[in-house]
Amino acid sequence: MKYSAVPERQGLYDPALEHDGCGVAAVADIKGRRSNKIVADGITALINLDHRGAAGADPAVGDGAGILLQIPETFLRAVVDFELPASEETAVGLPAVVSPEDGIAQAAGDNGPGGCAFAVGNAFVPTDDRERAEAKRLVAKIVAEEGLELLGWRTVPTDPVGAGVGQMALDVMPSFEQLFLASPVRADGTRPSGIDLDRLVYPARKRIEHETAAADVDVYFASLSSRTIVYKGMLTTHQLPAFFDDIRDTRVESAIVVVHSRFSTNTFPAWPLAHPYRFIAHNGEINTVRGNRNRMRAREAMLASPLFPGDISRLFPICTPGASDSASFDEVLELLHLSGRSLPHAVLMMIPEAWENSRATMDPAVRGFAEFHASLMEPWDGPACVTFTDGRLLGAVLDRNGLRPGRWWLTTDGTVVLASESGVLPIPPEKVVERGRLQPGRMFLVDTVAGRILDDTEIKSTLAAAHPYAEWVHAGIVPLADLPARPHVATPHEAVLRRQQVFGYTDEDLRLLIEPMAAKGAEAIGSMGTDTPEAVLSARPRLLFDYFSQLFAQVTNPPLDAIREQVVTSMASIIGPEDNLLDPSPNSCRQISLPFPVIDNDDLAKLAGVNSDGDMAGFAAAVISGLYEVDGGGQALFDALARCRREADEAIADGARILVLSDRDCDAKRAPIPSLLLTSAVHQHLVRQKSRTKVALVTEAGDAREVHHVALLLGYGAGAVNPYLVLESAEDLAAAGLLGGVSPLEAIRNTVYALGKGVLKVMSKMGISTVGSYRQAQVFAAFGIDEDVLEEYFTGTTSRTGGSDLGVIAADIHERHSLAFVSNGAVREHRGLEVGGQYQWRREGEIHLFNPETVYLLQHASRTKQISVFRRYTDTVDELSRKGATLRGMFGLRTDIRTPIPLAEVEPVSAIVKRFVTGAMSYGSISAEAHETLAIAMNRLGGRSNTGEGGEDVDRLLDPRRRSAIKQVASGRFGVTSAFLVNADEIQIKMAQGAKPGEGGQLPGNKVYPWIAATRHATTGVGLISPPPHHDIYSIEDLKQLIHDLRNANPRAAVSVKLVAEPGVGTVAAGVVKAHADLVIIAGYDGGTGAAPLTSLKHTGQPWELGLAEVQQTLRLNGLREQVRLQADGGLKTGRDVIIAALLGAEEFGFATAPLVVAGCVMMRVCHLDTCPVGIATQNPVLRARYTGTPEFVETFFLFLAEQVREYLAALGFRSIQEAVGRAELLDIAPAVDHHRARGLNLAPLLAVADIDSGHSCTRPAQHDLSSTLDAKLIVAAADTLADGTPVELAFEVRNVDRTVGTMLGSEVTRKFGPDGLPDDSIRISLTGTAGQSLGAFLPRGITLTLTGDANDYVAKGLSGGRIVIRPEENSPSQQPGQKAQVIAGNTIGYGATSGELYLRGRVGERFAVRNSGALMVTEGAGDHALEYMTGGRVVILGRTGRNAAAGMSGGIGYLLDADISRINTEMVDVEQLADDEQVWLGEVVADHARYTGSRIAFGLLAAWPTESRRFSRVMPRNYRRVLELQAQAAETGVDADDLIMEAARG
Amino acid sequence: MADPTGFLKYERHTPARRPIPLRLRDWNEVYEPFSEADTRTQAARCMDCGIPFCHQGCPLGNLIPEWNELVRTDRWDEASDRLHATNNFPEFTGRLCPAPCEGSCVLGIGDEPVSIKLVEQQIADRAIAHGGLAPRPAAITTGKKVAVIGSGPAGLAAAQQLARAGHDVTVFERDGRIGGLMRYGIPEFKMDRAVLDRRLAQMTAEGVRFVTDCAVGTDLPVRELRREFDSVVLCMGSTIPRELQVDGRRLRGVELAMDYLTQANRYLEGTATELPIDAAGRHVVIIGGGDTGADCYGTALRQGAASVTQLDIHIQPPMTRDPSTPWPVYPLLLRTSAAHEEGGHRVFGVNSTSFQGSDGQVTGIHLVEGRRVGTGFIPSAGTEQHLDADLVLLALGFVGPERAGLLDELGVDIGSRGTIIRDDDYMTNMPGVFVAGDAGRGQSLIVWAIAEGRSAAAGVDAYLSGGSSLPDPLEPTAMAMR
Repeated sequence: MKYSAVPERQGLYDPALEHDGCGVAAVADIKGRRSNKIVADGITALINLDHRGAAGADPAVGDGAGILLQIPETFLRAVVDFELPASEETAVGLPAVVSPEDGIAQAAGDNGPGGCAFAVGNAFVPTDDRERAEAKRLVAKIVAEEGLELLGWRTVPTDPVGAGVGQMALDVMPSFEQLFLASPVRADGTRPSGIDLDRLVYPARKRIEHETAAADVDVYFASLSSRTIVYKGMLTTHQLPAFFDDIRDTRVESAIVVVHSRFSTNTFPAWPLAHPYRFIAHNGEINTVRGNRNRMRAREAMLASPLFPGDISRLFPICTPGASDSASFDEVLELLHLSGRSLPHAVLMMIPEAWENSRATMDPAVRGFAEFHASLMEPWDGPACVTFTDGRLLGAVLDRNGLRPGRWWLTTDGTVVLASESGVLPIPPEKVVERGRLQPGRMFLVDTVAGRILDDTEIKSTLAAAHPYAEWVHAGIVPLADLPARPHVATPHEAVLRRQQVFGYTDEDLRLLIEPMAAKGAEAIGSMGTDTPEAVLSARPRLLFDYFSQLFAQVTNPPLDAIREQVVTSMASIIGPEDNLLDPSPNSCRQISLPFPVIDNDDLAKLAGVNSDGDMAGFAAAVISGLYEVDGGGQALFDALARCRREADEAIADGARILVLSDRDCDAKRAPIPSLLLTSAVHQHLVRQKSRTKVALVTEAGDAREVHHVALLLGYGAGAVNPYLVLESAEDLAAAGLLGGVSPLEAIRNTVYALGKGVLKVMSKMGISTVGSYRQAQVFAAFGIDEDVLEEYFTGTTSRTGGSDLGVIAADIHERHSLAFVSNGAVREHRGLEVGGQYQWRREGEIHLFNPETVYLLQHASRTKQISVFRRYTDTVDELSRKGATLRGMFGLRTDIRTPIPLAEVEPVSAIVKRFVTGAMSYGSISAEAHETLAIAMNRLGGRSNTGEGGEDVDRLLDPRRRSAIKQVASGRFGVTSAFLVNADEIQIKMAQGAKPGEGGQLPGNKVYPWIAATRHATTGVGLISPPPHHDIYSIEDLKQLIHDLRNANPRAAVSVKLVAEPGVGTVAAGVVKAHADLVIIAGYDGGTGAAPLTSLKHTGQPWELGLAEVQQTLRLNGLREQVRLQADGGLKTGRDVIIAALLGAEEFGFATAPLVVAGCVMMRVCHLDTCPVGIATQNPVLRARYTGTPEFVETFFLFLAEQVREYLAALGFRSIQEAVGRAELLDIAPAVDHHRARGLNLAPLLAVADIDSGHSCTRPAQHDLSSTLDAKLIVAAADTLADGTPVELAFEVRNVDRTVGTMLGSEVTRKFGPDGLPDDSIRISLTGTAGQSLGAFLPRGITLTLTGDANDYVAKGLSGGRIVIRPEENSPSQQPGQKAQVIAGNTIGYGATSGELYLRGRVGERFAVRNSGALMVTEGAGDHALEYMTGGRVVILGRTGRNAAAGMSGGIGYLLDADISRINTEMVDVEQLADDEQVWLGEVVADHARYTGSRIAFGLLAAWPTESRRFSRVMPRNYRRVLELQAQAAETGVDADDLIMEAARG
Repeated sequence: MADPTGFLKYERHTPARRPIPLRLRDWNEVYEPFSEADTRTQAARCMDCGIPFCHQGCPLGNLIPEWNELVRTDRWDEASDRLHATNNFPEFTGRLCPAPCEGSCVLGIGDEPVSIKLVEQQIADRAIAHGGLAPRPAAITTGKKVAVIGSGPAGLAAAQQLARAGHDVTVFERDGRIGGLMRYGIPEFKMDRAVLDRRLAQMTAEGVRFVTDCAVGTDLPVRELRREFDSVVLCMGSTIPRELQVDGRRLRGVELAMDYLTQANRYLEGTATELPIDAAGRHVVIIGGGDTGADCYGTALRQGAASVTQLDIHIQPPMTRDPSTPWPVYPLLLRTSAAHEEGGHRVFGVNSTSFQGSDGQVTGIHLVEGRRVGTGFIPSAGTEQHLDADLVLLALGFVGPERAGLLDELGVDIGSRGTIIRDDDYMTNMPGVFVAGDAGRGQSLIVWAIAEGRSAAAGVDAYLSGGSSLPDPLEPTAMAMR
């Protein structure tokens, strides 16, 4: 990359996997008045966003900062020494009556106002004089060829030294030169200016990019436009103004500025990666960018526009290879905009709102607009806050999920400020007219010419009115259901069986995977992870699907909750030929709409026969047969793929617009090509041919039978998947009466549904909402496939370690085929299908590390303290490892490099066991007996056990013998109170868990026993949901914030972050370290004791060996390794496992399954059923009585293990683990070469140790200084209260940079006074101003925070008994009578609160009171998803509530004023009238609200309470009501309420 | 999916044994019938474990969770198919196997194990009753000829597998009827001979040729055998009995258990009219605490012995699993077979020091109490005893196959344990000559024999056809977990 120190791909590090997150702000004068003040304000805002950015190992090297502004024409004229053409008029001079429609609908089409008659841009050019001269020569040549005038160059004055730019950034810093261009004078005497000029400059800039790159000259234009200019660099926010003299120059004026502070997951400076880009500044991630880019590339063949005269191909590629997701987005937006769409129009094409499920509520014209554009372009999906400007309009849009924060203000003097958080500019309250926030899928737009703010409805209806989009859609798009039906063909059992054999179906597949889908329409659940070989290490024929694993979101973007937040997802898509993207017309949508990506055999017949009646012109279909001569091996497979590609080309030439890729009709000679290979091979070929958008690909697959398979087919190119054999199998099972009365038709429907629904979950793990953008997005990792095979057939997916080639793949196919067609024709009596054994151990099946022998030996050894038996256990496990059960089994230990030392010289067992921890298993998932066994054992050894995400009951919390030293904070936040956190040695943030990364969990009501409910602050018998994302971590800077919160909640505890291995985990870990974590846990996909869908259990994540090695390498490259500890976790079982983890970089080691087995687990894998027969994974008292484990057994295990580690250390010549950490050169990969199919596997990248001066282990732990926080002052000021409880009142001013206010003070209260805190109001703190994020997080009882002003996101997170009041300044115009309620605080307020009170006078953002379990919260309006997953407490909303309220709400009660039932998700709740006594109670709450906040709304209601109280509705979870009723019943009858409830819960 | 809570709802039941006075009067099987419905309930106790230890505990690798679930859901035909997928003769094992599977059943950790053996027998018997033994002749013929020497469970299993793979199989039996130990070793009250005959009928119909009264090596010269057959599978069992080298061994009335059982069975089936060793009215002492001893025990009682005493060199095991054999290994515990309920008594922790005789006829036996250590015995001083006996049956196990004749002439290597050495594919040092069952493994259980027969068949098939799709459940060196 240009001007970048990002390393080349090496070892497991891949620069393509870098991420970033950020803070963004914009300031504009609403009337378009240019001033230097706006520029200065922008810079102030930028500096106040500093905490959202990050710096690397060197604090002087920022991740990037920049500013975009209108061309400062006056200034430029003053500083250049050549003449600039006069601009006819500027925006400032225009009358203010220009209609807004002009801006959003037409500005792009004519010579809109604004813009100069010259274009200018900041270029990054070589510092070397000769190279720079060559660069300028090339630029001049191209400019001339494009018919433009080069007016001159100006050297941009910079002051790197004065700005204090760090050395790493300086090393790759470019020179900065401004290029000035103009178009020659036209016949009418004018010069093109504004967008007209930009259209002429655009091809020139694209050519400069392409041709300088080809000439190996580094030229990058931050911008080149007649309207806007960008200054940016690898700087901190403070450095930016110091660096560029221009920005400080008071002559620089603009009416619009956009600023951006970047947080990158690496420490490598890369100047072009700073934002803003040319049109946007982006806070977020485009998860689907790979597919978006592929499709753009394919679309290039069809592009044409009169606005770009000449050969349009000089613009190509539109998306610069190797650029970031934001850069690609910007490039496509630029194309759409310059080719004739206004910027808002183009943005809405790329980031549409969630229109798919809103037929009832949406304006049909706007819906038509959305649907039409969906046929032109798939969404660029992912969490996004895109701020954009063309120099006239300033806008911002949030993705459909609203996963990035955005707030805005309008002042009395006409300034609009937009920012990631409140308080970035000090605006006196008396000047605030309006405070708003960005909303999911909504656009915020300022037209500086029209001089006003446009609301989302106006923008969209204006755009929608431009064409009769709805009519075009109606005429063009054919719903699949409207195609003529073809006859259903039922397949006889014998034929089904034969096919099942060919495709390697096993009896287990039928029993465990297909039966549940066919019978119930649901994917099967399993437990206890997986302990079988990777496909490439297996001795058995494996499906190609098995080589791929699903990627998932962690840290840098959030997974979605596709179940509770289904409102934003869509499984519908459109398939068929595309037209010229730049010339939309009714023809653009001559396509077929599919409601679901999985289609049954009858639907496939419809598509295959689409035009067989001759009445569907333009829709011809062709079938391509994906079979090959099985005896021909890899060569025949290769030839067949080439044939299929050729046939696809021919079919397209013949007019086919639907290609069915089919593996049907194999026989004794011809075997099926794996459908994934077939699909992706044809897809990639058509992308290369640029013919991909001419056809729809439909895959008719016999091998696809799992959710994972269907997801892969969609991800690699299929528009729809017909998994015909699994459907025939379901039909066959039903016909045989095996599905309990489910008819064959229902069985098919159920299976289709289960597969599609499963795909939705897979998508949402990655944070992708629509199948339209998931298709072709290739969000998978491959492991163990030959690089050439990937390059040719799965372009863009890399495996880094090589592996199976077509020959091996063909051999597997042959082996399966020969079971169906035994070569000599013999019949295998009683042997229909193979048994399987992937999920449940079987002798004829796949090997498992835990098998009858190893479980027995481990239990026997630890229970009878026989180290000889323990050695039999480890020998057996290690042997299975070597056979391929683990990746580490492929390694040898090199004892020949260092001199072995006597065992006596190695550190003692007691030192080693301190590095051992047990895994996170919640109290709730496992029994008290099992949980305490682990805790007591680890406490005795000096290691650490983990609470898991279920909290810890107070009895144990305060008992040093029985408590768990690690307190886990997961998405459900169960029992995460101030006391919980204060009593931790380590606080662990679980970003993902090995068994099911990217997914949440659910504890069904029948497992919420009274003691579990108490610990989790929940209600007995009412189910609990752990959402997939932490609702306070949507990006890396959010994680940084949570770490800060937790550190404040207990400054003495280490904060750790648990990640799961996947490609890119290294860069994520680097980001986590930069976010100030003390310890990073890298979990393998294999471990995991929780329940998980089988798809996740097997196919998500990678082995920790890969993840750990990547993290170790990446942290070292970044110079971050020495400040953080690493822990490996996942299926560790033997001393050999431990030593390999150490050598790969781990200094701590996590164990879960093995100690559970020691405690008695026999790998039943029924944890999710509450029927664990050994009393571990159950709460059932009958079963718990069968528990046999003791802490002594667990201690024995770890002591034996440590002894074994000592022996390895001695043999390797190390005296301690510390010496061994990261010494991967002592590992040897020779054994892998001998392994069966792993011949092609190259594990050397795991062992790459970069030869750089960067430590291997944690030697300089990061120091965290909280002494300058506001809380440090609060603690001093409240010293008396902390000493003896004397009440105190304090007053302080607060700013947005004061984050997590009250939390550290709270931790002192809790530490001193225990879980119950102090009496209410013991410490009263009055704050004025704008509070930073997480105000009052985990605030315990006794503290009252009263803020006058406003607050940001995460107020009252984990509220633990304290009281928080926020009220606006009375003198603000926004608070005058008659004004609507203003935004008072941001998103995710009250997340995981357990007790206490919160009163907010004003509106708040999304997910208000999410997962509240006991607090009382009052607000005056809330965004989408309010009351989500609530399990307890009371919430009162005295205003409008957004969509999807009460989703997943299982407890507590909501009181909504004027509730709109259509906005409430009533899946789990009823909306009903209040009872009389409730009206009284509610009146008191409203009165309190009035008293604390002065709320006008509250006073208004109270004035006529008897009538006004009838405006309230009660949102009541049905299960919760049932429990309340049972409690009442129990009180009457005198029976035990809990018994009654549990009885009911069990049904 | 199995019923996840079945084990919490139902208790273990097994078929009742018929009343002792009744069953002592005949030779019929001792168990009462068990209803289909009750069997399904018992199957519902199966927990469908993630690691089915039972499936490992069974040398055949029986797919126990699979067929338990099929039975629970009333899918008996499929259950039979799954059962036969790993076991050629479940009706034999359902009766004769001591069920190591149940010893390793996970439910047995804190509860009573699933009645696996019961379910197996019920599936097998129900299949037989419903035509499940219809012949399944091979779809092809390979033209290869295989000789199987010995018609015990290993030989029959190998024969059936090979015949179904399309080979021309001949089973040679030196005795007068087919079945080996199943015909003449075990008493009729453990397995009705009709059960055996039905299976043999199926095999005959599938094309297996049975040649009886033919001692290969003598009646059929080895050279002819090798010329006639492409491959030979030795399934001749481990038939040399372990001897008791004490004074008085040659007295009349001191007999080998297998001699006693064989003549008793022959007499019963009517192929012999004499009963040279009859326990009627005699004081019978059985030396050896194993299953053969128990078979003698029940036989003697039915013949009308005056008394029956079984001596066991081991001390009396506990009533429940001994800690030295933790779950899931085969448990050491006091097993009370049907015969032990019927009369007589057992003496534990004793060793025989000599026999006492009169007129060459045994009259008693001298014993001493003590402790078994390894293969030795440490007597306790002053514990000598004397026991009257006029029939002593030696049931001390077997030390290997007979070498004279066939084995010597074939030239197969014998190992230090007295058994025939074989490679990973069950082939001996002589190309094309394979060995399965006790002849190769040493004395063992019927399930091991069947498993060996199946695995050896896969080896033979691969040898003859260049590859095999027959299942191969067992490595020759596989052992039960210890």
